[in-house]
Amino acid sequence: MKPRAHLLLAGLCAILLLLPYFAGSYILSVATLFLFFAYTGQAWNILMGFAGQLSLGHSLYLGVGAYAAAGLYFHFGIGPWAGLWIASLLCVCLAASLGGVAFRCGISGVYFTLLTIVFAEITRIGFDHFTWVGASGGLFLKVTQRDQIDILNLRGPPALFYYLILALTAAGFMLCAWLLRSRAGYYWQAIRENEEAAQALGINTFRWKILAVAISAGLTALAGVFHAFYYNNLFPEHVFNIGRSVEIMLGPIIGGIGTLFGPILGAALVTLLADGSTELVAALGWDVPGIKQLIYGIALFLIVIFLPDGLWPALARKLKLSQ
Amino acid sequence: MPIDPVNLANVTISGILTGLVYGLMALGLSVIFGVARVVNFAHGEMMTMAMYMTVLLFGQLHINPFLVVIPVAVLFFFFGYLLQAKVIHPFITRPDHAQFMLLLAIAMIMTNALLIVFGPEARTVSLDSLLESLETGPLLVDRGKLYAALVAFSATLALFAFFRLTPTGTAIRACADNGLGAKVVGLNVKHLYAIAFGLGAACVAVAGCMMIMLIDLTPALGPTYTLLAFVIVIVGGLGSMNGALLAGVLIGLSEALAGLFIAPSAKSMVSFALLVLVLLFRPRGLLGDNL
Repeated sequence: MKPRAHLLLAGLCAILLLLPYFAGSYILSVATLFLFFAYTGQAWNILMGFAGQLSLGHSLYLGVGAYAAAGLYFHFGIGPWAGLWIASLLCVCLAASLGGVAFRCGISGVYFTLLTIVFAEITRIGFDHFTWVGASGGLFLKVTQRDQIDILNLRGPPALFYYLILALTAAGFMLCAWLLRSRAGYYWQAIRENEEAAQALGINTFRWKILAVAISAGLTALAGVFHAFYYNNLFPEHVFNIGRSVEIMLGPIIGGIGTLFGPILGAALVTLLADGSTELVAALGWDVPGIKQLIYGIALFLIVIFLPDGLWPALARKLKLSQ
Repeated sequence: MPIDPVNLANVTISGILTGLVYGLMALGLSVIFGVARVVNFAHGEMMTMAMYMTVLLFGQLHINPFLVVIPVAVLFFFFGYLLQAKVIHPFITRPDHAQFMLLLAIAMIMTNALLIVFGPEARTVSLDSLLESLETGPLLVDRGKLYAALVAFSATLALFAFFRLTPTGTAIRACADNGLGAKVVGLNVKHLYAIAFGLGAACVAVAGCMMIMLIDLTPALGPTYTLLAFVIVIVGGLGSMNGALLAGVLIGLSEALAGLFIAPSAKSMVSFALLVLVLLFRPRGLLGDNL
């Protein structure tokens, strides 16, 4: 990276850090949503962008992570800081075993993608009947005074959650940057470009693909824990919905698959576009239920046709940020 | 709880009839994938669009849904042809996931355009002539379902005949078998791919017109039926027309039986379970890989 890029990054960090001091509650909620998608996009990007395995079922890990932490808190009073380890570990094991079965049976490409959708759907239907966490009626966490900060149980004002997801996103970014330069990162990229060639070079593709899917799932589970404690309610219909999986992957696709900044840029753009249009339509006094998803669809369509590598590579070239 | 044999027979017949419509829907997907190698992720959405067209023509102009089939199928043929020739064809040389995302984007646009135009309420078509069931001895057969299955099966037979008997059908099969070889002997591959996509779209449109008799219509049906079509096609064998038909009937039947023996909400679980079993033990599907 060039010094200019460092400067830009520092500026961005400063704005994000100071945002709660000058932004209203609406802006803060939009910014939280943006960071949520930036973070989940980064997690998804590890599997698709780095290792080349297209998952359309990441809502599975979001949902299982959210339900695990929320269920433990609801029933046993186990706080999120302990719960997140359990949630994350659960998703890592789940992803490793599902991925293990799929990759061992030689399921790849489109078949793998369909399998991810099917697993998410099966889990959704399962949770619809899982009475321990409220089945299809939903699971609700107790909402306490919003101005009291209880970091231990993650009860507090929106700014607390904003900083939490900001920290997660920053940590995710650093992890991705490190992974991309690590041995695993190079192996993944080799698998992404040509799996057979990678195998011929002696890379145990099975093992490295499992690692990618496990890391990606474990990180997504953390977003699930955040989701559960931020929104305080969980419905299988929402959290396991395929629309969730699509939202997770929109950011990285629009920003640039396999890049470090792509998921963040893409998430910012998608959130702005979707919320902007929803607000605009609401301001005009219309009630249009599908407008956000329609915008998602059109954005995805245009990007896939005109900028298949995503916005970030083109932007970086234009601003001369990368060599 | 003992199961009444008459009830069981009724459910079985109903499942097979539904399965024939499923088969036609999946056949469309199978043709599109088998020939053009396009993973049509907007398949269920195309079906939903055809359903809305049928409901609209019936509701506004009072045209019998069984007559609507032909114009809707023709319209979807041209829609599919143009979509393949103008939008999807350039993606043939791109990686699989790019094409997948393109069709996902098209699917999202379709679903939400329908939602914006028609609203989220469920719609149904009720034809007076179809209200009473056919009674043969102790068996009761839903008239609408029976006619729907007959139309779907005729369309299926017509498609099989087209691929076996006409020169264009033979040429399309040649493309499916070996795209490069087809090009070498002078076939217009782009045109033939587009015809195949058009035919697949027409199939799913006919299936959609008939689906009106089987289920209530909402804009949100799309993703569920896309997934169902993929499950059927993979169980039958991606690219195999016979397989799609067989698996369609199989899934229709198993859904109906699951509804009877387990619970109506277990329907999709059974088809998903079938899919996972097939992927694990017979990844190429029940009937191999030829068109």
